[in-house]
Amino acid sequence: MTFIAELLIAIFLIVSGIFGFVGSFGMIKLNDPMSRLHAPTKATTLGVGGVLLASITHSVLLEGKLSLHELLITLFLFLTAPITALFIAKWHIHRHELPSDLPDAGEDELWATHAVEQVEDVPDHSAN
Amino acid sequence: MMKLLHRIFPHPHLTILLTIVWILLANKPSLNSLVFGLILGIIIPFVTQPYWPDRPKLRNWPMVAEYMIVVLWDIVVANVTVARIVLFKRNEDRRPNWVCIPLELRTPEAITVLAGTITMTPGTVSCDLSAQGHNLLVHCLDAPNPDQVRDEIKQRYERRLKEIFE
Repeated sequence: MTFIAELLIAIFLIVSGIFGFVGSFGMIKLNDPMSRLHAPTKATTLGVGGVLLASITHSVLLEGKLSLHELLITLFLFLTAPITALFIAKWHIHRHELPSDLPDAGEDELWATHAVEQVEDVPDHSAN
Repeated sequence: MMKLLHRIFPHPHLTILLTIVWILLANKPSLNSLVFGLILGIIIPFVTQPYWPDRPKLRNWPMVAEYMIVVLWDIVVANVTVARIVLFKRNEDRRPNWVCIPLELRTPEAITVLAGTITMTPGTVSCDLSAQGHNLLVHCLDAPNPDQVRDEIKQRYERRLKEIFE
C-alpha cells in the first residue's frame, strides 16, 4: 500500500517536473516575445497541478488526513495568471504592434490598446 | 421578506464560496472556521455590494460542472500538444498567429471567464478586447489555420458560457 502511494506521488512529481522544465525551456527556445508568453502557462497549469496532486495524495494516503487547501493554490493561480499574461500582452501590443499588424477588429475598428489617444513621441513601433 | 433577505445576502453564491475558501484556508473542518467563514462570507458581499451592481445570474449549474471538466481536460491535452511543439518543432516551422474571435457574449463576467480560459489553456493567450468589446484578440503559438482555432473556441467554450450566463 505504501509502495503504491509512493509510486503515485512519484509519478505526479515527475509529470510536474517535466512540464515545469518544458515551460522554462520554452522561454529560451521560442524566438518572439508573444510566443514566449505561452511558455509559463504550461508551468502554471500541469506543472503546479502535478505538485498539488502529489501533495494531496501524500496527505491522504500516507498521513491519513484529508488536506484540500492545495485546491486554493489552483484557484488563486487561475484568477491571477490570466491577468499577468493580459498585462504583458497589452504592453507588447502598445509598444510593438501597429493596428495594421493585427487582424481586423470587426465593427469596432480598433483594439482597445490602440483605441487610446495616440501620443506623438511614442518610440519607433517598427522595432519588433 | 425576500427583499430584506436580498439586502442582507446580496450575493448568496459569493457567501458560500467565501465560506468554503475560509474553511480550506484553515485546512481543518471545524465549527470555529465554519462560523468565522460565514461571518466573512456575509460581511464581504454586503460591504462590496455597491461595486458589483448587475451581477449575472448563473442559470445552468450542470453546465458549470461540464464546463469545468471540459476545460480541465483541454488543459491536459493542450499541455502535451504544446510541449511537443516546444521540444520538437523548429522555430521556422512554427506558425504563430493572431486570431480574432467575434464575441456573442455580452456580460463582462462571461467575457472575463472566456478570456481567462483561453489564457489558461496552453497554446492560446487572450491579448486584447476590441474598442467596444465585440471581439477578442487571441495569440496562438502554432496555428497554421486560424479559422479552425476560432471555431473551436466558439464551439467548445463560448457556446457553453452563453448557456451558463445568458
